[in-house]
Amino acid sequence: MSTGRLRRRSSLHSLWRIRSYVRPYAHQMLLMTAAAGIAVGASIVVPLITRSVVDGPISHGDRSGLVPLGLLALALGVLEAGLVFVRRWVQSYAALGMETALRDDLYAKLQGLPVAFHDKWQTGQLLSRATTDLSTIRRFLSFGLVFLIINIATFVTVIALLVHLYAPLAVLVAAAAVPLFLISRNLSKAYLDTSRRVQDQQGDLATLVEESAVGVRVIRSFGRRDHVGHQFRSGARTLHDSAVDKATLVARFWSLFDLVPSVTLGGVLLLGSLAVTEDAMSLGDLVAFVSLMLMLVWPIESLGWILANAQEAMTAADRVYDVFDTESEIVDRPGAVDVGAAEGHLRFEGVGFSYASSSHPVLRRVDLEVRPGETLAIVGVTGSGKTTLTSLVPRLYDVTAGRITLDGRDIRDIRLTSLRRLVSSAFEDATLFSSSVRDNLTLGHSDASEDEVSEALEIAQATFVHDLPWGLDTRIGEQGLSLSGGQRQRLALARAVLGRPSVLVLDDPLSALDVHTESLVEEALRRVLSRTTALLVVHRPSTVALADRVALLEHGTITAVGTHSELMETLPSYRAVLSQHAEEVTAR
Amino acid sequence: MTASGLDAWRGVAAEGNEELTGQATIRLQRRSRRLLGSLLRPHHRTLWFAVVLLLLQNAAAMSGPYLVKVGIDRGIPAIDKGDGPTVLVVVTAAFLVAAVMEYLTKRAFLVTSGRVGQAVLYDLRTRVYDKFQRLSPAFHERYTSGRVISRLTSDVDALGELLDGGIDDLVLAALSVGSVGVILLFLDLPMGLVTLLSFPLLLLLSRWFRRNSAIAYRRTRESVALVIVHFVESLGGIRAVQAFRREPRNQEIFAALNNDYRRANERAFKLIAIFAPGIKLIGNVTVAVVLVYGGYRVLGGHTEVGVLAAFLLYLRRFFEPMQELSMFYNSLQSASAALEKLSGVLEETPTVAEPHEPVPLPHATGRVDLDNVRFAYREAIVLPGLDLHVPAGQTVALVGATGAGKSTVARLVARFYDPLEGSVRLDGIDMRDLAEKDLRRGVVMVTQENFLFSDTVAENIRFGRPEASDDDVEAAARAIGAHEFIAALPDGYDTDIGKRGGRLSAGQRQLVAFARAFLGDPAVLILDEATSSLDIPSERLVQRALRTILADRTALIIAHRLSTVEIADRVLVLEQGRIVEDGSPAELVSGGGDYAGLHQAWADSLV
Ligand SMILES: Nc1ncnc2c1ncn2[C@@H]1O[C@H](COP(=O)(O)OP(=O)(O)OP(=O)(O)O)[C@@H](O)[C@H]1O
Ligand SMILES: Nc1ncnc2c1ncn2[C@@H]1O[C@H](COP(=O)(O)OP(=O)(O)OP(=O)(O)O)[C@@H](O)[C@H]1O
Ligand SMILES: [Mg+2]
Ligand SMILES: [Mg+2]
Repeated sequence: MSTGRLRRRSSLHSLWRIRSYVRPYAHQMLLMTAAAGIAVGASIVVPLITRSVVDGPISHGDRSGLVPLGLLALALGVLEAGLVFVRRWVQSYAALGMETALRDDLYAKLQGLPVAFHDKWQTGQLLSRATTDLSTIRRFLSFGLVFLIINIATFVTVIALLVHLYAPLAVLVAAAAVPLFLISRNLSKAYLDTSRRVQDQQGDLATLVEESAVGVRVIRSFGRRDHVGHQFRSGARTLHDSAVDKATLVARFWSLFDLVPSVTLGGVLLLGSLAVTEDAMSLGDLVAFVSLMLMLVWPIESLGWILANAQEAMTAADRVYDVFDTESEIVDRPGAVDVGAAEGHLRFEGVGFSYASSSHPVLRRVDLEVRPGETLAIVGVTGSGKTTLTSLVPRLYDVTAGRITLDGRDIRDIRLTSLRRLVSSAFEDATLFSSSVRDNLTLGHSDASEDEVSEALEIAQATFVHDLPWGLDTRIGEQGLSLSGGQRQRLALARAVLGRPSVLVLDDPLSALDVHTESLVEEALRRVLSRTTALLVVHRPSTVALADRVALLEHGTITAVGTHSELMETLPSYRAVLSQHAEEVTAR
Repeated sequence: MTASGLDAWRGVAAEGNEELTGQATIRLQRRSRRLLGSLLRPHHRTLWFAVVLLLLQNAAAMSGPYLVKVGIDRGIPAIDKGDGPTVLVVVTAAFLVAAVMEYLTKRAFLVTSGRVGQAVLYDLRTRVYDKFQRLSPAFHERYTSGRVISRLTSDVDALGELLDGGIDDLVLAALSVGSVGVILLFLDLPMGLVTLLSFPLLLLLSRWFRRNSAIAYRRTRESVALVIVHFVESLGGIRAVQAFRREPRNQEIFAALNNDYRRANERAFKLIAIFAPGIKLIGNVTVAVVLVYGGYRVLGGHTEVGVLAAFLLYLRRFFEPMQELSMFYNSLQSASAALEKLSGVLEETPTVAEPHEPVPLPHATGRVDLDNVRFAYREAIVLPGLDLHVPAGQTVALVGATGAGKSTVARLVARFYDPLEGSVRLDGIDMRDLAEKDLRRGVVMVTQENFLFSDTVAENIRFGRPEASDDDVEAAARAIGAHEFIAALPDGYDTDIGKRGGRLSAGQRQLVAFARAFLGDPAVLILDEATSSLDIPSERLVQRALRTILADRTALIIAHRLSTVEIADRVLVLEQGRIVEDGSPAELVSGGGDYAGLHQAWADSLV
């Protein structure tokens, strides 16, 4: 099977899958279609009435017949307008309801997909799916689909009437469906590809925009406005070219859809006239035939628009299902249990890990034990895999070999929510959200008491928040007040220690703090660490002092475990990583 | 403003009130029309060409029914008279020619208008993008990246919809309404006047729609922006979201924002659900009224039957295009709301603006002076009055507690912001008088949050100097000790480092950011905690490199590890935005002040 056909089939299939979102609105969709159908019918009848007014009461000078017919025209006119109103009114919540439900689900799906997925996918691409593509689908569901049905129904009805008038000619008209079918089949192949390209490039452009909006300071700092401007232009140009291609295709499409009814009409004129001269039909029949046929012109012409709309919706659905169809690899295993509290006995057993993007393993056969209440520091050079190791504990990534156990149970056998409540982390870069300081702190523990919050703030030396304009209610994050690097890091630390987690994972938590603050935090942290199991990534000897034992991570595996002073004495490679005094470095 | 109830999590922030007065609305609409005009102006020739095509297409389409009539009236009698089918064949041929002509002109029109539409969108996108890049960091902090994205995607799309659908309908509809209206008056003045009675109603309805839809569409633009802002922000921090089980809360927030967006849209859709059938109703009622009134006139002998028939036929041609006009009006309203937002961005003046007549400074030597600089991000004063003079070539270290204002000083020297009072000067020239390119060649800053692009390692380093060769890039990486790890990456320098450089470790990212700044080769180099995530050996390599790198340039180093500070010629201790100590490291250590204390604490922390 050609790839084109495969794609078409899969796109059609994706669109078909949207039906589960249509189902709750099935009644409304029916109502919309019925209203549209009757309205079209009414609009066809009104001209007939005006004709009968002219032919009837007026030519016969019948005053009394005038008013009833006038009232009938009025009633039909009101009916038509009323039905249009009903269709649009219903559509306004049905179509939007489907779109909104799809968007909610897409977002839920995205939040559930593992970090590895988000490493790979650009936010702009995801965003264009959640906005542009979903609107395209909504437009199809609210207009395209309804009129596809109406137009086909009109086509069939009119053909039936035509057959009734004069069958041979009607066959000619019905035969017009053949070129229409061929044209749409021919062009849809090209159109699907082009519209997919346009939609993908829109996502790429959104990505470029997002990147340069977030990186605006770096761009400014290097004065590279022209450079990124150039990149954006080339992206916008590419999109422009594809969109022009699409417009050209559409032009071909639509104009052909115009041509077919015209040519058919020409054929009807010629053959119909001949038929009249042959006395196969009457002149009146021919006139009626032609005027009925004229009613087909709009449904056929608009079919071009509808098909284009349908195909865009198909590619959009395809793109949306790209996301929906991605398997979440990090999910609860069958039989995973909820664990209320844990002692905090953490073990790495032969753990190996490699990122999907490279075949080279980052971690190999890591064996490590952190006993309940113990603090273990992980030390290693830049890029040795410390962050990777720590992110395995809350299952941001899953191990690719071996296993990690908490209190003897494989962490994959613990419910994710439960595991992530037991394990609390502070990352290298402090991510704060656009909400109040309090909300940022109590992220994982919405039930935290005021005392717990202030204790956490105390430990992280983050009491500066009380001096913010609205204290703990001040909104921070991107949409709020910006904080200094050290302030952000302390808040992230406070968030991690809040709620006394069983396992605390701190990745270089004091890197942005000055020496004074650092020693204050260390002092306070010592108290917390004495009662929880902790994994602590450190670069500085001062912070190592917080740990009971230290593990040295080298070449993706743990090469030594011991106390700081032991390792300092016995292990040159450890000294190389942790000693501030250059003369002690023998390696390198 | 207080945070209470359901929305308390949001927290409180000072925000602009978005309610608009009538005056402001008019100004906004005028602004957006102006923008649309300026976007279309360069294409006016092409647009005229398109109109001509449209008229031709219309003429061809109109000739169809006429030819059918001729065919029936003349062709059939001719055959009946035994003259053969010549007339019929000629008419049919003419009919086909008209059909082909219609096909060709329509196709040409669609291609032309598609091109113009896309050119306009391209123009708009690049204009807005460039503007965003020109606006100062303070603006971006307020505006948020999500909104920037929303403007450049969803708002531009709204204009795209207007341009995609219906310009031809608009022109044809306007033409036909206008010409048919005149014909109606000529056909029968009283009936024509009765028809015109519908006009005030149409106007009233349109005015009602314009007023309300402007508000409704404005709300859709704002609410979709909020959806996008939340979407981008929460997926950007997905690690923290998942680790802290924020998904349910995020879902709640998203659903609420999404629902707001839905409601805004629903409001707009409902308006059109009233407006479009309203127009139709007025038309239909008018037809019925004219039908009866005209009937009486004919019966009363005031007019001919033929006139009434023609009048009624034309009446349909008068009201049918109204429907298209109303749909166009709707897209126009939606696009104008988007254009309002976009023109607002285009009208923003950068607070940190380029001077009109810059003082040239092709080769800065690197003297930096801050004179009595006063600065605040918002209300709270961060720097009350800072004096700092750094001679060319000096390496200055800035230390102090977190939140003391170190990064703020650095940002002022890099001219991310302008001081409220006082001045920041490079080589004695006020930075406000320097051209952007001279300034950026002179001063480069490695920021605390080092941002990398999703591109290859080499391209990221090359960002420091786009014309640099591969060898230059590698030399820069070698100089700061990043070459080893880069070479070990799967594709070496050509490895794609992924979104925000996520495929690198934190230290590796810092090294790349450092190499990038190094390649920029500025007279003044600012390092804001550029080595905070490095391990000690790498840091030492960087320091060794720094000694050579900084020998001939001015440097401002912010670091918490005093090992980095030791290479400085001069140390400044900053406390709450004031310099409390100033001297060489050795002087300060022996001076017994703050720095001596810091140094002691630091020395103790080393084993
Ligand atoms: N998402 C990813 N995809 C592919 N490779 C990655 C990814 N994240 C990290 N790596 C690679 O894995 C290795 C280990 O990275 P990791 O972040 O764990 O180092 P680290 O020990 O924390 O270093 P640092 O001290 O600099 O923070 C690095 O070589 C890095 O390039
Ligand atoms: N963009 C901003 N908007 C508003 N206030 C800010 C902004 N950036 C910093 N601040 C505030 O200004 C003060 C000084 O911040 P600055 O970033 O200069 O501190 P710093 O000395 O660099 O601290 P750190 O060592 O933690 O990075 C802080 O109180 C901080 O909260
Ligand atoms: Mg790390
Ligand atoms: Mg700072």
